[in-house]
Amino acid sequence: MSAHRVSYTLDSTLDTVNSAEEAASQIATEAGFGDEDVMKIAMAVREAAVNAVLHGNAYDPGKKVTVDFERTAQDLVITIRDQGKGLDLAKVPDPLAPENLLKTSGRGIFLIRSFMDEVEINPSTSGTEIKLIKHVHGTAADGEEASQ
Amino acid sequence: MSMKTSNRQVDGVTIVDCSGRITLGEGSVILRDSVRELLGKGNKKILLNLGDVNYIDSSGIGELVSAYTTVKNQGGELKLLNLTKKVHDLLQITKLYTVFDVKDDEAAAVKSFSH
Repeated sequence: MSAHRVSYTLDSTLDTVNSAEEAASQIATEAGFGDEDVMKIAMAVREAAVNAVLHGNAYDPGKKVTVDFERTAQDLVITIRDQGKGLDLAKVPDPLAPENLLKTSGRGIFLIRSFMDEVEINPSTSGTEIKLIKHVHGTAADGEEASQ
Repeated sequence: MSMKTSNRQVDGVTIVDCSGRITLGEGSVILRDSVRELLGKGNKKILLNLGDVNYIDSSGIGELVSAYTTVKNQGGELKLLNLTKKVHDLLQITKLYTVFDVKDDEAAAVKSFSH
């Protein structure tokens, strides 16, 4: 099975968040997703990139965010990694709990899980990796590597 | 498209017409500053018209919550008007739709403020 893969290495800035979102929108569109799914995928990637830049790398100019897009015949798989201290999943609050409804943050991972078919979060002391998967039934493309 | 706001006064209610994206960074800051400025001038009846807001992220949702609680804590009222489907759906899945007072008719929304 052939796959189409694109990889970006980005600075820990807000521009990275916008770049990741735009790339996700373009790649999801090319993969044949409808407008609503494209919006959901792009937003999930935006939220994951925000977490990587803000909470992971804490805007550290010496740390990078990598974003990999891989399209297979079955899935669009997006992997985002930061170089932070690692997310403590036990400390991520439930944003739907009544006591958290009026909090001004803490909804990013919830939205990611809402918009994607599968989400894997792998924190470590050298950073957090989050894998976002959306099932697709498009034609597979030839392999390709790119970096920015 | 970055976010823009403009204000109108209707029967003692300040209608803030918002357009663009309410997202982390500029969009959220513009909304925050706009609400703070209104409160600073004593305008505590605020109707956020989100009819031309085509995108909002979790930071933008947080900013709406912050605006709502800030206005409420100062004895005012903040309501939302003309949600797009995207914003409506986001408020639904985050269970905030029932927290906010959401309106879809401007005249009725203005009348709904306590006078």
